[in-house]
Parts: sequence; structure tokens; C-alpha cells
Amino acid sequence: MSELTLTVMRLGFLAVLWLFVIVTVQVIRSDLFGTRVTQRTARRAEAQRPPQPRQAPQQAARGGRQRRGAPTKLVVTEGSLTGTTVALQGQTITLGRAHDSTIVLDDDYASSRHARIYPDRDGQWIVEDLGSTNGTYLDRTRLTTPTPIPPGAPIRIGKTVIELRK
Amino acid sequence: MSTSQATGTTGSNTTISPGGLPSRRNTELAMLVFAVLIPVFAYANVGLAINGEMPAGMLGYGLGLGLMAGVAHLVVRRFAPYADPLMLPIATLLNGLGLVLIWRLDQSERLVDPPGAPNQLMWSALGIALFLAVLVFLKDHRILQRYTYISMVVALVLLILPMFFPAVNGAKIWISIGGMSIQPGEFAKIIIAVFFAGYLMVKRDALALASRRFLGLYLPRGRDLGPILAIWALSVLILVFETDLGTSLLFFGLFVVMLYVATERTSWILFGLTLALVGAVAVASFEPHVQSRVQDWLDPFHVVRETGNANQPAQAMWAFGAGGILGTGLGQGNSDLIMFAAKSDYIFATVAEELGLTGVMAFVLLYGLLVERGIRTALAARDPFGKLLAVGLSAAFAIQVFVVAGGVMALIPLTGMTMPFLAQGGSSVIANWALVAILLKISDTARRPAPAPAPSPDVEMTQVVRS
Repeated sequence: MSELTLTVMRLGFLAVLWLFVIVTVQVIRSDLFGTRVTQRTARRAEAQRPPQPRQAPQQAARGGRQRRGAPTKLVVTEGSLTGTTVALQGQTITLGRAHDSTIVLDDDYASSRHARIYPDRDGQWIVEDLGSTNGTYLDRTRLTTPTPIPPGAPIRIGKTVIELRK
Repeated sequence: MSTSQATGTTGSNTTISPGGLPSRRNTELAMLVFAVLIPVFAYANVGLAINGEMPAGMLGYGLGLGLMAGVAHLVVRRFAPYADPLMLPIATLLNGLGLVLIWRLDQSERLVDPPGAPNQLMWSALGIALFLAVLVFLKDHRILQRYTYISMVVALVLLILPMFFPAVNGAKIWISIGGMSIQPGEFAKIIIAVFFAGYLMVKRDALALASRRFLGLYLPRGRDLGPILAIWALSVLILVFETDLGTSLLFFGLFVVMLYVATERTSWILFGLTLALVGAVAVASFEPHVQSRVQDWLDPFHVVRETGNANQPAQAMWAFGAGGILGTGLGQGNSDLIMFAAKSDYIFATVAEELGLTGVMAFVLLYGLLVERGIRTALAARDPFGKLLAVGLSAAFAIQVFVVAGGVMALIPLTGMTMPFLAQGGSSVIANWALVAILLKISDTARRPAPAPAPSPDVEMTQVVRS
């Protein structure tokens, strides 16, 4: 057997051995970093879009894309839930003490179904008081009718304050 | 309730889920094919280097290894579907390369002992059979917890038995039954890990919390010292009566590692190292067999200077030197000059001479990766017994590799132990396959996705309101 063949085999074997080690490390790496981070609200909104018959066709044609400058999340800035955020994906957000609300308020001054926040046909977010006992305040005024929410305006429900942010 | 509800539904909008296939069995299959092809390549390489032709048994040998690996893979697929994808391929690769190295040493004209590769292939098959049996019959590793104290007795019997059999090559680590000799220490290491895991799971709080502070160290109470002193005394007794440094180091080291993992007290490690040092030095001062090993370690070439003939440690050192960075190539070294135990205890010297530093590093990394998968399993395991058992088994494996590889390269005094999977020796290969099987079973339980929670009425109502 020629010297050259043996040298090639010798180095080739070492290369193959190390290749195995490297592939093994790659598998471990995918084990460590191969975790997927999924936006749950995004997925849920995706799943909910089809069964919404009352939405206008033009809304569906836009694919739920929000217009420029529209808020993308709802942030709780005061109260026991401070720091909680909810992504705004075209779904209606209900607030109240009822445990099936989107945001469950732990607040003695909140009614069980206190208020809801929803987008109208143009994608403008509207806040509506659902006949609560203590009222919903936008800035300092108590709501009587569904009102568009200006960006950055605080909405107060009992001790909880929420804001829409970009 | 309401707060947690709110954060549950709205606060954490992200879920983190493991990507890819949950079971990763296909990864394992691909790695396994790779792990079978490498030894076949090595086999061809040895044949071409020694005889100048492809070895005749190459096809049968490759098919045999492939068949064993394939059956093992299918059984893992069926009985441990979520097990770690890397342990089986790494163990197969090490076992296959061990067979090639033993076959290569069989071809040497200098070695007079009977060929070892056919026997080793049979032992490997038996080892894989035991591996399969463990996977099939051990439904849940927590069953082992019931046998905590029985395992203690069994392990003690296995450790003490060799005292009553004649010493082989200076160490009493063998028992022979009807012409077959078994090294019970290899099996005892698994059984004793079961005992330590069960015992420490119950006693960890007493050992961790009831202690006094002294000079910044947590000193254990006198009565809690009982078990560690008992294990220490036992390993010293093994050292004295069986003159086997490896086994006693393995058991004491295993106990200290598991004690540390169970209690998170660094003082146990200091305490254990001190005891081990005291014991080893004391025994080395009067036991001639141990003394000669220590002398070989401190000065590997003293026999060469005194008599002109090289002994094993000197030959092993020369083998490491001759290998250099890239080695001489498989089948082209002279590591068979080690003569006695070249295929078993000293097989790592053959790796070093024929594959060089590059090959040695690859082998050490393979062992390290296997141990890493074991530790990873321990981290992922949900029950404390499984955690401790996985740590114990990985630590036993790691200590064994350290003791024998360190001994061959004269980092520590040499002891008669086998390189797991690589070296010739039936007991070792069978016991290590069983060890890997238990680790796989624990990792299957640990990586199995949690069962889907029962749908709660709250969630249903939320969705109704939203739509």
C-alpha cells in the first residue's frame, strides 16, 4: 500500500472523528438554542380572524394590517396589574372583575363587566363603558358613550390605569 | 386568583417550546449511521496498513455492528421515544472503535495472548442485549428507589467477594465462576449509585442544614459523618485487601460527588479530598503493590535505568511521545510493545500513538460529551431520585475515564481499570451498556413532554366572550 494512501487515510480518519464530535456538538447546540418563542396573542388573533362575519370585506382585504401610527399594545400603568401588556391585534379587549375578561381586574371599585376596548372599521380604537357602577374615565372625563382613544391618554378604571402605546 | 389569571392570560404573551421534533429519534438514527461507518473506515485503514489489503471480515464486522446499533435504535424508538439522541451513537462509536483497536492489536506478532476481538464482539452483543433488557423491563427508573438498601447489600457483597479469590496480576478484583472471570466492581458501581441516590435523597436535608460554621466552612455534625466515614473505611479496606486503587477511588469519589450535589456544601468536597488523601498516603506507606505503582508514577523510567528493559509505564510514555500531534496512523504504531494489558488497561496508549494528540483529544471529548449528556439529563429530570442517580452514573463514568486515562498518561498512579467501551473486558462493556441504558431511561422520562392539561372551564368561557 502506497505511503500517500495511508497518509490520506490517517488524516481522513482524524477528520472524520472530529466531524463526528462537531456534529454532536451541533446537535447539543440545537437542543439548547432550538427553542421557539411564539407570540400567543398573535396566534390567537390569527385563529380568531375567520369566524368574524360582521367585519367588513375591506377589513379582511387589508389583512388586519393596522394603519400607520396606530397603537400596538395596551399597557397597565397603575394598579395591581402594573406592567401587564396585551398586544392589540384587532381583537376586542374586555376589562372587569369577571374571570373571563381579557384583563381580570382585582379591584373593589371595578364592576364584573366594566368596559371594553375594540377597534372600529377604520382601525381606530374605541373604549366603551359597559354600564359600570363607578364609571370609566378617559383622561378626567367620565365616559358616557363609546369614545375614540387618543394616543397616550390614560383610561382609569377604579385604581387601575391603562394606556394604549405604539 | 384573579391576578394570576390575568398574568396567565395576558401578562406572558410568549410561550417557549422546544423546537424541532420532540423526540429527535431521526437525529439519533443519522448519528448512529455515522457512528457505525467510522469504525468500518478505521477497520479498512488498519487492514490496508498492516496487510496491504481490505480485511476479509470487514463486511461481516460492519454489518454486525450496524445490526446491533439498528436493533438498539428500534428498541429505543419503541420503549424510550423521548430519550437523549446522542448517548447511543457516542457509546456505539466508542464500542466500535474499541473493537477495531483490539483487532488491530490482535494482528501484532509481538503479543502472544489469544485474539481478543471475537470475544469482545460477543461481549458487546451481550452488553447491548442487557441495554435492551433494561430499556424494556425498567418501566420507570423510580422503581429502583425501592431497592435502596437491597442495593447497598448487593454492592457490598460484590465489592467484598473478590477478596476470597486469588489475586490476578497483583489485584484482587476478579471472581471466577466455572472458568469465567467477572469483575464485580464494574457492576457494583451502578448498584452503589442507586444506593447513594436513594439514601441521599432522604438524608440530604439533615446533611445540608444541620451543621456548624467554623472558619467559614460548614462542618457537618458528628453523627452525620457516619456514612461518609463508613464509605471511606470501606474504600480503604478495598485498597488494603484487594490492592485496587481504582475501585476504591471510584467509590469514594462517587460518594463525595453525589454528597456535594445533594447538599450543595463545598465543605463535603474538602472533607472528602482530605480523607481520600490521608487514606491513599497511609496505605501507600505499607502496601508494596501500591508502593510500586506510586514509584512508577513518580519516575516512569526508573526500571529502564536500572535494568535496561522498559516496563509498561515507560512503554506507554514512549507511545504517547511517538504519536505526536497527528499520530503514526492506525496499524502503523508500536504500542504493542507495552505487551501485557495493551488491549485492556493500556489501550489508550494505542490511541495516543496511532491517532496522536488529535485523536486523544477527540476521544476525551467523546467521553466528555457522553458525561455532559448525563449531567444534562440530571438537570432536566423532574424527580430528585432521578437527578441524583443521573449525576451518580455520569460521575462514575467520568471518574473511571479520569482514573484510567490519567493513569496511562502518568498524571496519577496507574490503577487496574478499563477505559469504558474501549478496552477489552467483558464485565466493563456489559456494565457500561447497562449504565447508558439507565441514563437513557431517565432522560426519556425527563424529556417527555408534559401531558396536556385538562381543559379548564374558564378558558372555554373566555373564548366564547371574545368571539
